[in-house]
Amino acid sequence: MAERLSILIAEDNAADRMLLSTIVSRQGHRVLTASNGLEAVALFEQERPQLVLMDALMPIMDGFEAARRIKQVAGEELVPIIFLTSLTEGEALVRCLEAGGDDFLAKPYNRVILEAKIKAMDRLRRLQDTVLQQRDLIAMHNEHLLTEQRVAKAVFDKVTHSGCLDAPNIRYLQSPYAVFNGDLLLAAFKPSGGMHVLLGDFTGHGLPAAIGAMPLAEVFYGMTAKGYSLAEVLREINAKLKRILPVGVFCCATVLNISFQRQVVEVWNGGLPDGYLLRGSGERLPLVSRHLPLGVLEPAAFNDKYEVYPLALGDRVFLLSDGVLETCNKLGELFGEERLLEVIAANRHLPALFTEIQQALTHFSGEQQDDVSLLEVSLVDDAELSRPPLAFADNGQSHSLDWSASFEFRGETLRHFNPLPFLLQLLLEVQGLRPQGGALFSVLAELYSNALEHGVLGLDSALKANAEGFAEYYRQRSVRLAALTDGFVRFHLQLLPEGAGGRLIVRVEDSGSGFDPQQVPVEPRDAHSLSGRGLALVRQLSERCSWGDGEPGVRVEFSWLPGA
Amino acid sequence: MEDEYPVLLDTFLIDSEERLLVLRQAEQAADAQSLRLAAHSFKGSCSNMGAPMLAGLCKQLEEAGRREQLEQAPELVEQIEREFAIVRILLKSERQRYRH
Repeated sequence: MAERLSILIAEDNAADRMLLSTIVSRQGHRVLTASNGLEAVALFEQERPQLVLMDALMPIMDGFEAARRIKQVAGEELVPIIFLTSLTEGEALVRCLEAGGDDFLAKPYNRVILEAKIKAMDRLRRLQDTVLQQRDLIAMHNEHLLTEQRVAKAVFDKVTHSGCLDAPNIRYLQSPYAVFNGDLLLAAFKPSGGMHVLLGDFTGHGLPAAIGAMPLAEVFYGMTAKGYSLAEVLREINAKLKRILPVGVFCCATVLNISFQRQVVEVWNGGLPDGYLLRGSGERLPLVSRHLPLGVLEPAAFNDKYEVYPLALGDRVFLLSDGVLETCNKLGELFGEERLLEVIAANRHLPALFTEIQQALTHFSGEQQDDVSLLEVSLVDDAELSRPPLAFADNGQSHSLDWSASFEFRGETLRHFNPLPFLLQLLLEVQGLRPQGGALFSVLAELYSNALEHGVLGLDSALKANAEGFAEYYRQRSVRLAALTDGFVRFHLQLLPEGAGGRLIVRVEDSGSGFDPQQVPVEPRDAHSLSGRGLALVRQLSERCSWGDGEPGVRVEFSWLPGA
Repeated sequence: MEDEYPVLLDTFLIDSEERLLVLRQAEQAADAQSLRLAAHSFKGSCSNMGAPMLAGLCKQLEEAGRREQLEQAPELVEQIEREFAIVRILLKSERQRYRH
């Protein structure tokens, strides 16, 4: 038998009431009886029965009014009301339904039909009950999910906003909840003053898509701040994502390394739509994906090869997520690459392009976009950027002042290892040098790349005079570096106390052009091509810069005063 | 129904006598609405108690009340009283069988 129900019988006729309550209690239910509508409503409020058998015509308050009141008291819960009636006119039956009745039972009563109707109504009642429970459960889960997303977003904002997306050379369009679409936008200054920028798009939506963004951002910011190169940051991100993300979750990304001093941009695109390098001259270069997304390949198979382009002031790099091309209009058509290129082609004033693309998207779809990420980075004059001081994890109290050390990095190491972050970390243990950390890094980076590219690899910087030569230069660089087995770059570091302050002397020497002792260049050795922009930069940023004096290599000095 | 059956019979007989009284009063007062309601209610319990002739007469009276054709009422009330007298005799003898 079905569950024992509590059933209210409202019937003014004593004999009928008795007959019915006997039948119903024989069927195993608990019976409450009322002899008019008013009694029925009062009894309902007091006992909350699950089902009501209601006579239509009763003195004091009829069944129609009682049904209306009971339904009101019951609220969302379904309390089935079966009208007991010998009414035969259609109109009267309609009144029963309109008052909230769910079914009828005609006199004379039939035990079998009554039982079947009670069972049917009980099923309906449970169904409604289940629906309500599930609705409440869904509402609770949804509330819970939103709370989790708020917390996750707050944590994530703390991490992402540690970067420099608000720098004056960056414009971007991104929904505040983009991280839950899997979109990610990061930018950070390097110690040298350059900038790493990453636009990423994780597979999937919601928390699973957002989860990979945290370790990615940590690696990106952590390594960029320590002076690691673009290739090293990419390798580490790829290895980390590969290790922690499940198969099928990965991150399409374009990563830029912009040097304002050297006026070049390095670009690596794995799986994002073409970005564009737009020049003030009107030239448009697509930045094409040449790699698999981050987190797909094993570290050994990962390719960190990037392209290098010279930049001029006012040149702009545009990056975009899938969401831009996949923006739909009301007909279900995609915005697509062709429309984007039309907008770019129609542009007459480069600084307005970002807004023009934004407007074209809104116009096309007829609404604001919330799954679109669009980024513009421009080359500005170095002086326009205000950089935050370098951040340090320790309090800098323990520092030593009187020591010297020499490092020699040889062939195999030069191919795979970037010694700059290592050296910088070591030198920035000296608290007095910290305020000059950026300059120190830039100078070391310039001296190192001079020693490596011109000294060890024997590249000719005259190549970089035009765009084709520029590409050729970087092609030769990677070919020669890959074949490198010999040669060295040496760093000699010397720290001296000077009054209450101190002095750092750095000398950088290398194994010379092609290791051929016969081919000693006429230029002061090791200063090879430290000319033009590179030399000017080193001279400007260090206190003293010299070569010769019976010593191999280039010598630079930095000093500081107490309390600096 | 065994234990409750005699009680049900008693309840019906007592209730029915009250309803006949109400019917008679409504007929004499020429109150069509009261006549209709009382006839309707009596009809329901008569059908439940297995008195179809009585239920049929009540239905005619209810109809007459609804149409406000009160000229038929005295005749119908009298027929109902006669039919109920028969039903009462039958139910009382039924009732005897359960007196232990």
